[in-house]
Amino acid sequence: MEDHHDNHVTSYAQNFKVLLVLLLLTISTILVVKLDLGHFTVAMALFLASVKTTIVLTYFMHLKGEKLILRLMVGGVFLLFAIIVIITFIDYYFRII
Amino acid sequence: MSTTEHSEHSEHSEYIDVETGKMGMWLFLFTELFLFGGLFIVYAVMRARYGEDFHHAALELNAFIGATNTVVLLVSSMTVAMSLTAIQKSQKNLAIGLIFVTLLLAIVFMINKYFEYGHKFELHLYPGSDVMRNLPHGEIMFFGLYFLMTGLHLFHVVVGGILLTIVMLRVKSGKINKEHFLLHENGALYWHLVDLIWIFLFPLLYLIT
Repeated sequence: MEDHHDNHVTSYAQNFKVLLVLLLLTISTILVVKLDLGHFTVAMALFLASVKTTIVLTYFMHLKGEKLILRLMVGGVFLLFAIIVIITFIDYYFRII
Repeated sequence: MSTTEHSEHSEHSEYIDVETGKMGMWLFLFTELFLFGGLFIVYAVMRARYGEDFHHAALELNAFIGATNTVVLLVSSMTVAMSLTAIQKSQKNLAIGLIFVTLLLAIVFMINKYFEYGHKFELHLYPGSDVMRNLPHGEIMFFGLYFLMTGLHLFHVVVGGILLTIVMLRVKSGKINKEHFLLHENGALYWHLVDLIWIFLFPLLYLIT
């Protein structure tokens, strides 16, 4: 029954480690763009941004210790957004003007 | 359900449903996601259409300032997350200090933005200027989106700063403490959202050319 907040207090050390990972990913993003992988540059930069987003959501925003319903809601919303992006691009590429 | 908190201090029994309060904040964050998400879709389609113009226009942006602000926001995200840890451990002064550092970093972000926008204005690159009106269509689109998206994001930084100032004052007065820190949690969630949006703005606007 009891489900108090203090069950999942994130330690200072863990917060710092998360920051280090995020900074490393930022540097990777800059390097990837500098290296210029042609068509893969944008995809790679977006992929790294998605990884960073997942880390921020999981650790800084404490989704890791949250109830399943909240995690499903967040996952669902991102899925919905992905579907909207895909539908928009299907429309853009297959529209006959 | 089980997390309904009861405040013994007030005369009227005051119930704060932490789970619902947090879920409400998340629902609000979802609307924010679609606010910026819509703009990202416009950006993506326009980039697909005016690839060449977007390439030229993006060269104009200062990637160094963009990268600096990325680091500033990431560090501030950590300090605000740590302040929540501090309040959960009843380390009141440390919590206040960490929120204060977060606010300082927000100010650093805004100062950087001031110089960045200032430089654009010196070059007469702002919506409605003669210089911008004569640019190719795609470049007008890029700078329009640049100002709209970073401007809207900057507005969120200001709102987040005000929210965290309120949180800091309530921590100071003891209204936010080890037992009751819903507002602190939600304020931190908002600040992380500001960081999340920048995580996408930085590569899309500043890095990729």
